[in-house]
Amino acid sequence: MNVEERNYLVLDKIIERYGDRPGGLIRVLYKAQELFGYLSRDVQTHVAEKMCLPVGHVHGVATFYSQFVTAPQGKNVVRVCMGTACYVKNAQDILNRFRELLGVEPDETTADGLFTLRTTRCIGACSLAPLLTVNESVHGHLSVYDVARLVDRYRKEGPDEEVSPVEHKRQRPARDQRAAPPPN
Amino acid sequence: MSISVSDLQEIRERHRPQIEERLQDGRLAPPTQVLVCTSTACRSSGGEQLFKALRREIKNLGLDVRVVKTGCYGFCGLGSVAVVHPGAVLYCNIDENGAGNIARTHLRDGRLVQNLLYRSMNGEGNRNFLHEIPFFEKQQRVVLDNSGLIDPEDINEYIARDGYFALAEVLRSRAGPADVVDAVRRSGLRGRGGAGFPTGEKWFFAAAQEGPEKYIICNADEGDPGAFMDRSILEGNPHAVLEGMLIAGYAVGAQEGYVYVRAEYPLAVKRLEIAIRQAQKLGLLGKGILGSDFDFDVDIALGAGAFVCGEETALLRSAMGFRGEPRVRPPYPVEKGLYDKPTIINNVETLANVPAIIRNGPEWFAAMGTEGSKGTKIFSLAGQIKNTGLIEVPMGISLADIVYDIGAGPPPGRRIKAVQTGGPSGGAVPAELLDVPVDYESLQAVGTIMGSGGLIVLDNTDCMVDLAKFYMQFAAHESCGACTLCRVGVVHVVDILERITQGEGTLDDLQELEELAYDVRDASLCGLGQTAANPVLSTMKYFWDEYLAHVRDRRCPAGVCNALSH
Repeated sequence: MNVEERNYLVLDKIIERYGDRPGGLIRVLYKAQELFGYLSRDVQTHVAEKMCLPVGHVHGVATFYSQFVTAPQGKNVVRVCMGTACYVKNAQDILNRFRELLGVEPDETTADGLFTLRTTRCIGACSLAPLLTVNESVHGHLSVYDVARLVDRYRKEGPDEEVSPVEHKRQRPARDQRAAPPPN
Repeated sequence: MSISVSDLQEIRERHRPQIEERLQDGRLAPPTQVLVCTSTACRSSGGEQLFKALRREIKNLGLDVRVVKTGCYGFCGLGSVAVVHPGAVLYCNIDENGAGNIARTHLRDGRLVQNLLYRSMNGEGNRNFLHEIPFFEKQQRVVLDNSGLIDPEDINEYIARDGYFALAEVLRSRAGPADVVDAVRRSGLRGRGGAGFPTGEKWFFAAAQEGPEKYIICNADEGDPGAFMDRSILEGNPHAVLEGMLIAGYAVGAQEGYVYVRAEYPLAVKRLEIAIRQAQKLGLLGKGILGSDFDFDVDIALGAGAFVCGEETALLRSAMGFRGEPRVRPPYPVEKGLYDKPTIINNVETLANVPAIIRNGPEWFAAMGTEGSKGTKIFSLAGQIKNTGLIEVPMGISLADIVYDIGAGPPPGRRIKAVQTGGPSGGAVPAELLDVPVDYESLQAVGTIMGSGGLIVLDNTDCMVDLAKFYMQFAAHESCGACTLCRVGVVHVVDILERITQGEGTLDDLQELEELAYDVRDASLCGLGQTAANPVLSTMKYFWDEYLAHVRDRRCPAGVCNALSH
């Protein structure tokens, strides 16, 4: 049995467990995203069939909420916080520096599949503004001068050691699904 | 099988001594425990590593000292933080060598580690003890009293602080559910999510609804950027929220509760899950609670990143697994909520107040605060201010007291220009009006709202037009799209503000901006759209000169708008 088949089996168990609870679909989609790295059309269709829902409904939910992604993600997901406290402490400049260094716009992945740049809604650690998260680690009190160092570090090391295996999987789609450069 | 009230008392007595030890402030004694804050902000300043390092050092030195994880002390700008008990000696800004230093110098040799003590920003010398710090002077901690004092992942410590005894009291006393509703009514508690609807009234309406199935939902979708009080309560004192939900369930006759939590708060979700599991294990959630005939259980519903889901009707749709789109009210959720059954939706902080109200009596609660706004309010303090963090103050305190006394004012050489309250739905209070007392009505009178409690302090380096643009971009991004004026009008507002900040605005633009802002307010279905343009209206009201400078003089007084910096 390959990894993908095993993931589908795990997903089916999750659907059995949460499927008929209130808000079950959102929990199932979370777990699916954790397992597969993103919500592909196939995964959405599978969830819809198993939960006896129209595919349109599942797709509508998957695209409504900002936590769900429907395209493969890079090995390191950088989320620059754009909450008010971060904004008034120049988060925009930090985001611009990332755009410049990585050569991608928010919600895009670098051609080598190493980084996905995203913005995030306030994560409620405003005392550390301006901040960003890379995968699961929070980096606070940043300035534009720290960006290059962070990019270098994650380019060399990859995700932090303390991240659990499941979270590793979330950040690392299978090799053949690595992101292609955005068409433009 | 649920434990009995006498079991509960036994747990309380067994764990009380170690909690009491943490309450002996300000005297030096041989150390027995170190409390380390491991909430989100401190974690990212290395709280988790500090916790592990302290354990390792203590083990290596063979000392008999416990290391305990706690929730937030509120002084987030000082992370990472450790407090040594008995005596409550506070160490802050601890680096990787700090753990070894504290273990050797203080825990083993009994001397204070001078370079890690709190140094006042205003040069008043060192403060050794937690209670000596001016940051806490004007505060009154009711909801946050356990945060930073107990281990949020250990139900026994909550019980040792009289936790679940408010529930025991309502279940055991002859008083029926109606008396509980009445107590909450008499306390004068109002919704802490921001709108300030009287909580007792809401419960009264829900209790009056017919039918066996009712629900309690705790709204933990704290979407306002710059607000983090709900997160801190869930991370520091999750059982208070569960106990509040249980009491609400008993009062209105509900058997099921859901906590709707934002996904951006993984640690809050984790601690809440632990709390629910521990309460279920003792039978404090489940069937026949504390030997009564009351059944109640709680589950978590996850939000997935949509600001509109803080609006109660959108939240309901989201909690049922749909897109979070609001609907027309009435019918209100107390009549038709989750699965069309009567549902109470209360904010985290509202529910966390309930156990204390039952324990100490509604009169005690009503004695705090002002005529129309009772009790305390938690605020998160962020932006251009020296002391950032989380504070709990009696209602009626002035914004100036919060900003200048507790927050210690702006960074050196800056002037405070305004304080934004109420997040994207609120408005800016200019520096000259900061004497306004913090209560629902007074804040409304100056054109803003209480909101959930995020205070963002702005100084002379912030451009109010740019800030309005930021909030409008947020609203444009978060609009669910159901109403045309919110979906399209807000984008148009952003375009105009974009032109103004680029130095291409005209006086006609300013007029159109104002008209459009009123249109968006008047033609939107839910609170998001109705209040989306508030930041524009309030900055135009108080900072009209900045708008004029951008349009007429092609100048940005704060030097923020790059296109206008010559």
